[in-house]
Parts: sequence; C-alpha cells; structure tokens
Amino acid sequence: MPSSAVCLRLAGVRYAVGTASSAKGFTEILSGVDLTARRSEVTAIIGPNGAGKTTTLSCSQGLLRPSSGTVQLLGQNPWRAGAGLRARVGVMLQDGGLPQSVRPRTLLAHIAKLHRHPWPLEDLITRLDLSDFLSTTIRRLSGGQKQRVALAAALIGDPELVFLDEPSAGLDPQSRQLVFDLIGHLRSCGIGIVLTTHLLEEAQQLADSVYILKDGAVIRHGTVAELTDSTAEQNGRSAPRRLCFASPRILTRDELDAAPLPVELDSDSNRAGARWTVAAISAPADLSSLTAWWEQIGLFPAEISFEARTLEDVFWEVSVP
Amino acid sequence: MTSAAQSTTTPRSRPAPAHRRVLAHGLYEARITLRNGEQLLVSLILPLLVLIGLHRAHAITEIVPDIDTTAPGVLALAVMASAFTGAGIAAGFERQYGVLAYLATTPLGPTGLILGKSLAVLCVIAVQLVVLGGAALALGWAPEPMGLIWLLGAVVIGAAAFTALGLLVAGTVRAEATLALTNVAWVLMGAAGGAVLPLNHEGAGALLLLLPSAALGEAMREASIHGSLAAVPVLILAAWALAAILAARKWFRWT
Repeated sequence: MPSSAVCLRLAGVRYAVGTASSAKGFTEILSGVDLTARRSEVTAIIGPNGAGKTTTLSCSQGLLRPSSGTVQLLGQNPWRAGAGLRARVGVMLQDGGLPQSVRPRTLLAHIAKLHRHPWPLEDLITRLDLSDFLSTTIRRLSGGQKQRVALAAALIGDPELVFLDEPSAGLDPQSRQLVFDLIGHLRSCGIGIVLTTHLLEEAQQLADSVYILKDGAVIRHGTVAELTDSTAEQNGRSAPRRLCFASPRILTRDELDAAPLPVELDSDSNRAGARWTVAAISAPADLSSLTAWWEQIGLFPAEISFEARTLEDVFWEVSVP
Repeated sequence: MTSAAQSTTTPRSRPAPAHRRVLAHGLYEARITLRNGEQLLVSLILPLLVLIGLHRAHAITEIVPDIDTTAPGVLALAVMASAFTGAGIAAGFERQYGVLAYLATTPLGPTGLILGKSLAVLCVIAVQLVVLGGAALALGWAPEPMGLIWLLGAVVIGAAAFTALGLLVAGTVRAEATLALTNVAWVLMGAAGGAVLPLNHEGAGALLLLLPSAALGEAMREASIHGSLAAVPVLILAAWALAAILAARKWFRWT
C-alpha cells in the first residue's frame, strides 16, 4: 500500500442534534465537512471553540453517526466498525478517557491484551517518559502526565492511524517536545495522524495538511505553505507578508478605524511603545495606502519589518468576522 | 505500511480473539472492583452485617425469620449490590470521564465492553457467594442441595436484570445522580422490596412481588428452602432483564 494512501475521507458530513430551543427543532454541529487524511502525514484540524473539531473526530472514529454524508476510515464505515478496524486505529480523546482509580501500567497492560501485536509496553514507556508515575493512580497524576498516558493508550495497539484530540494540552515544553518527536516518528513509519489543536504554532510546526473549521464547516484547507501563500513567489506572484511596525504611542480607536488594512496590537507591546501587525501585505499598493495612513494620523514608525506570514495570521483572517 | 513499534513492512494491527478480549476485560474490571474500598463495603461488608444482624435478631425475637430464610435474601441483596449499585456507579463515572467512549474505540468495542462488564459482575458475585455463603453456613444455614442449581440460575438472571438496570441509569443520567439513585434504590429494595425478607403474598402489598428485588428474593428463597424452581418470580425477573436490556440499548448514551 503506498504511503500516501488515503486513510480517512469525509464527504459532506453533517451532524445535527435535536434542540427544543431551536426553531428548526435541531442544531447543526457539522454542516457538510469534507476532509481527507493520508498515511505518513499529519492532518491538523484547527478552529475556534465550538467549530466542530471534536465532533468531526467523533464522526470519524465511529463514536457519532453522521446525519448525512459518508465517512471512510481505512476504507470502511467506522459506525459499523468491527474489532478488526478498531484495532488499526488509535484514539486519544480530548478529556483523556482514562479510568481514575487505575494505575497507568495496569491500564496500558490491559489495553495491550486487546491487541494481537501490541506496541511493546516498555518501549512506549521509555518514549513517553512514563516510568516515574506508572504506579500512581491516574487521579493523582498532573494534567500533563495524564495526557501522556492517554497518548500511550492511543498507541499501545500499534495503529495505522491515530486520532489525537488536543495532544499537547497541559504539557510542559519538555513533554511537548517528547510528543512532537513521537508524532514525527509515527509519521516517518507511515502512520496517518489526525489531530486537533488550539496551538497554531504547533499546527504550523507539525502539520502536512491543515483544515480550518468554523461553524461546522471547513472554511480553508491546504498545506501550511498553501495557506500562508508562501509559495506565491515560486508561481511568479508576490507572496503576502506580515508587516510589523512600532509606534511611540498607542493608537486610538478612530485612528485604527481609519487604517486601510486591519491593524492588530501585538501582545508584547508595553508602556515604552506599541508594536502593531498588519497580517497581509500583498502588493506595493497596500504599502502605499499604509504610508498614506501614517501620514494622515501623524505617525512616523520607529521601526518597520516584514515577516513571513504564519498560520496564525491566516487563522485570524478567516475565522474572525 | 510500517509498524511504528516494530518497524516491519506488514500490517500488524490486529485484535486479540474475541473471547480473550472479553475475558481480559472481565478480569480487569473484577480486579478493580474488588480493590475498591467503597465497592467492597457495599458488596460484601454491608450484606455481611445484615446477615449477622438478622441472625442475632432472630435469636431475640421470632418476628425475624431464621437463617434459612434470611441467608438467600442476603445473597439477593449482595447480587443487587454488585450488579445494580456497583456496576451502575462505576459505569456512570466511566461515562463522565470518557472511559466508555475510549473503550468503545478499542477492539473491545461496545458489545465486548458490556460482555466484559457482565463477566466482571459474575466474578464479583462468585466471590460474594463464597464469602457470604460461607458465613451463612457457619451461622447454620442449611440450603436444600437440590435447589442450588435453581439458586445459581436465579443469581444469573438477577445479575443480568440488575446489571442492565444499573447501566440504564448510568447511561441516561449524570454520574452523581446515578450514585444517589442506585444507592437509595438498593436500600429501599433491600429493606422493603422483598429481597432480604419475604413480602406478604396477599392484598395490595402483593403488587410489590412484581419488583425485580422481590422476584429475585422469592426465587432464591424457594430454591434454598424447598429446592424447587419458583417459576413465576423467575419469569418476572426474566421480563425485567429483557425490558432493561432493551431500554438500555435504546437510551444508553456512551458520552
């Protein structure tokens, strides 16, 4: 089987729940999601809270039955999945799904028994650095430790495809790197990885393919390079750039409203001065209109710099009204 | 396709055989239950105290039945404790923490999970029968040997009915509500629902004989005292089991 083979395909997936308060009698959580994930690739699903990320995963895993549309998980319908299909898929749920009164070693050893050829437990323990708390009941573990146990539980069956719902939530930088390294290892071994995350930097670093969800629909998808349009120059176009500038004072709301392009205040601004970001400068004309605006409000920036656009820029552009 | 753990070139992700998965999960859950102090209290300690208490009370007053009547009743109480209260509360909290959803995505699956839980309940009941039955024998219980098979049959049908009822509660209301509901129901069914002490078979009170607790108690007492099958209570219990399984299948929510 080629390593780039499709391992998950969603076509027009809708999911609705009945709600008495809605005039229609139901609320649509997913409104026609199309998504394709491949082996040897990390597919990231990002979006604001309530966008439908976890519901998309639940429909993909067979935990929820779509109202309409089709889901093909390793070529089969996950809703009717037998043990054979479930053995090939690893799942890490957002809230972990871990029994609180059990020790990690007991849990992992038990899940391993459900598989014919599990991942050797000691190897997984080493890779995820679990040894220090294997004999502590799960309810006593920190959030990051629980995350690592949940990840181990998803991988113990040595799956062909793993779903990771917020895999790095609550992890310290060292643990996050462990998880990133493991995801890289999985990808290099031909495993398909589908993950959701709130951390756009993480998605940018890890993902081969990104789907941005909003209000239950995919509003943008592609590789990170495609989404940030960093390949534009290779195609003979000017690549959009993020422009940052510093001002000695905080701009007023009226001044910002008069700006020709959306201008955001950077979080590292302080009393000594403010830093501002224009997410996308696509043409020289954008620059002209910006300098005209500076002249209009009497601002001479102390510093101007161009940076490559990030996934975060794209995310804010498309997901914030 | 390459296995991440083994670095081979053939697909290796395959489930263990179905019977091994169910057996493994049943033993895993049984071990967890028997190591849980609260579960032990409800499953063994409280029924044991009831058994001894009723035996002592009988020595004081004839109003309280003798050990031959109370012992099968206490065993019925113990079955309800494991199958209804214990399994229900455990499933309720597992549902709240997403454990049921996670296990449903493993090769165990929903069906294996239910079978595994049922096996765990039967394992715990086996321990209860040994401990409580042994204590009752030491206190003078003399069950009819020919009735033991009917007693075990009633235990199995009762376990199915009460496990399904416990899962029905756990799968439809919050974990905290499951905790309260199953405990209160267990106490009421044990004290006044015909499980431990026989009910009056005449008058309006006879309607209580339709309760699953009364049906289980009646079936176990008939088997223990007379060595015979109590057909009507067993049918009532089987009807409860069927109805509860169908209701749980319809309304149980995994998340």
